[in-house]
Amino acid sequence: MVRYIAKRVLLSVFTLWLVATITFALMFMVPGGPFLAEKTPSAATLEALNQKYGLDQPKIVQYRNYMVKFIQGDMGVSLKQRGRTVSQIISTGFKVSAKIGGLSILIAVLIGVPLGCIAALNRGKWLDNVIIVVATCGIAVPSFVVATILMIIFSVKLGILPTYGLTSWQHYLMPVAALAFYPTAYISRLMRSSMLEVLGQDYMRTARAKGLSQFWMLFKHALRNAILPVVTYLGPLIAYTLTGSFVVEKIFTIPGLGNAFISSILNRDYTMIMGTTIFLAALIILMNLVVDVAYKIIDPRIKLK
Amino acid sequence: MKEKKNPLSFQLDVSDFLPANKEEKESLVIMRESVSFWRDGLRRFEKNKIAMTSFIIIILVFIFAFVMPQFYPYSYEQQIRGSENLAPMAYSEPELALKAAGEKVFPHILGTDSLGRDTMIRLMMGSRISLLVGLVASILVLLIGSIYGTVAGYFGGKVDLFMMRIVDIIYTVPDILIIILLMVTLKYPLKDLAETVPAFSWINVIGVGLICIFIVFSLLYWVGMARIVRSQVLTLKEQEYVTAARALGAGSGRIIRKHLLTNSMGTLIVTTTLQIPSAIFTESFLSFIGIGVAAPMPSLGSMASTAIDGIYSYPYRLLAPALMISLIILSFNLLGDGLRDAFDPKLKN
Repeated sequence: MVRYIAKRVLLSVFTLWLVATITFALMFMVPGGPFLAEKTPSAATLEALNQKYGLDQPKIVQYRNYMVKFIQGDMGVSLKQRGRTVSQIISTGFKVSAKIGGLSILIAVLIGVPLGCIAALNRGKWLDNVIIVVATCGIAVPSFVVATILMIIFSVKLGILPTYGLTSWQHYLMPVAALAFYPTAYISRLMRSSMLEVLGQDYMRTARAKGLSQFWMLFKHALRNAILPVVTYLGPLIAYTLTGSFVVEKIFTIPGLGNAFISSILNRDYTMIMGTTIFLAALIILMNLVVDVAYKIIDPRIKLK
Repeated sequence: MKEKKNPLSFQLDVSDFLPANKEEKESLVIMRESVSFWRDGLRRFEKNKIAMTSFIIIILVFIFAFVMPQFYPYSYEQQIRGSENLAPMAYSEPELALKAAGEKVFPHILGTDSLGRDTMIRLMMGSRISLLVGLVASILVLLIGSIYGTVAGYFGGKVDLFMMRIVDIIYTVPDILIIILLMVTLKYPLKDLAETVPAFSWINVIGVGLICIFIVFSLLYWVGMARIVRSQVLTLKEQEYVTAARALGAGSGRIIRKHLLTNSMGTLIVTTTLQIPSAIFTESFLSFIGIGVAAPMPSLGSMASTAIDGIYSYPYRLLAPALMISLIILSFNLLGDGLRDAFDPKLKN
């Protein structure tokens, strides 16, 4: 177990370094710089600015400087938003994104798992068919479509929900629903098929034969085994939620991390690009690691390699 | 010649080895024709109503995207002066005047956008982009992934270990971050290449944005395919017929082409089909956040994105691209599921 985790951590660190290096190399392929945006400054000002932020040095020196500082825990200051450090911006943005993302993951699991179970237990009946059709359509609809359709219904037509910002609980409803829609559909499909498989196993018949009540049979035997694929899906789900958050934060103008990432790229805010990319990559890699390890703990049948 | 046969003799009876006559031959003919793998799969596929319906819908979408624009009187970049922001089936004043003068004016079935461009033709071109991205990206992924996976699986040992370690690393890289970065950065060198080197001027014909998407997808998405193909090859190469082929003197290339790839064809087709909707999904996402296909070329994602700005005045403008993208993804998903059930039932989890 320890060896497996150590191996995975090592691989994760290497991947993270790779992502950072690729990002660094790609960043400078784009013409233009952070100081060229609206009004072009004079050559002297530009030179002074470049010197101040160390952008005049050779790329390899800049790379080394960044990496050394990063390991010491210093991600530098934003080149665009004067006076704010990258870690400040990331922590404020992440608080917002994590709330929405976390809520939507929670809702997806809390709705998706029971829906899948209900469908599996009512196999072939109308309830099952309704859930299947809705879930199949659900995984075909991109989050921006869900978000915009919700917006048309609840803001444009009914006018009961606000379209932008994040100040009251009503503001959370649409973004969270838009983000949770796809994973809910996916989880209920996953849950249904794995539940059906488990219900056909021999140990379920044994449980029934020894007189276990329906409730205990489902909770102790069926659910515990059937939920395993959902646990594996949590890793990709976190990555998906991140992707979705780019879109949802754009639509509902939410000042989250996804917005910060996209705008830093478009603004050539070099330190912000590095900071947000490394942070998000680390988040995804870490979550995948946690999910993989958790999976192996939950399911004792899987041997650790 | 005729001698009485000694019952204890081990001498063979020559009459046992005479050529069979016609009747005897007929009795050996297998009555039912053997069903080949493809015909068997196809039969199962044809029975699947949902998969057949989605297949027909996909063909209709293809006609809508590739054939109908040829006959449509407007073009996707044509800005019709005086016909901005028309509602579906509405005519602008200059057009009404033309109609009154007895000329035929083709209706704007879905209205026009704020620049006076016909929404219907933009929807067709947007679907074309989605389909192109889905197909080309999946075929690229198929090519790279299957070659890589076969080589790794077939040669095994250290080669396999090394090649799969690379796959593991790319697999853990958060793809969406790198895709966004690459989409933004790749544009510039590609543009340079298209303008300076005449041999690459075709890049401009297809569009830099589209080429970018192809490159990015083929760089990152082949790893899943490579893993699946490798595991297939690992089991297939232990089969007796591969040993037999090797004993008969077949080289590695021939075994890979004739035996390993042919036998994993079902899995390859199914995985490729299921790759299409995910590529379309990603493209629409990229175009929606504004880094996909470049204007004036429409994409379903960018159409939806621009429609949001006018959501209060023109909510219907959002519905057309939104429904189209969902329809395309849904049909490909269902087609892929149907193909999986027909050709590769083992793949179902």
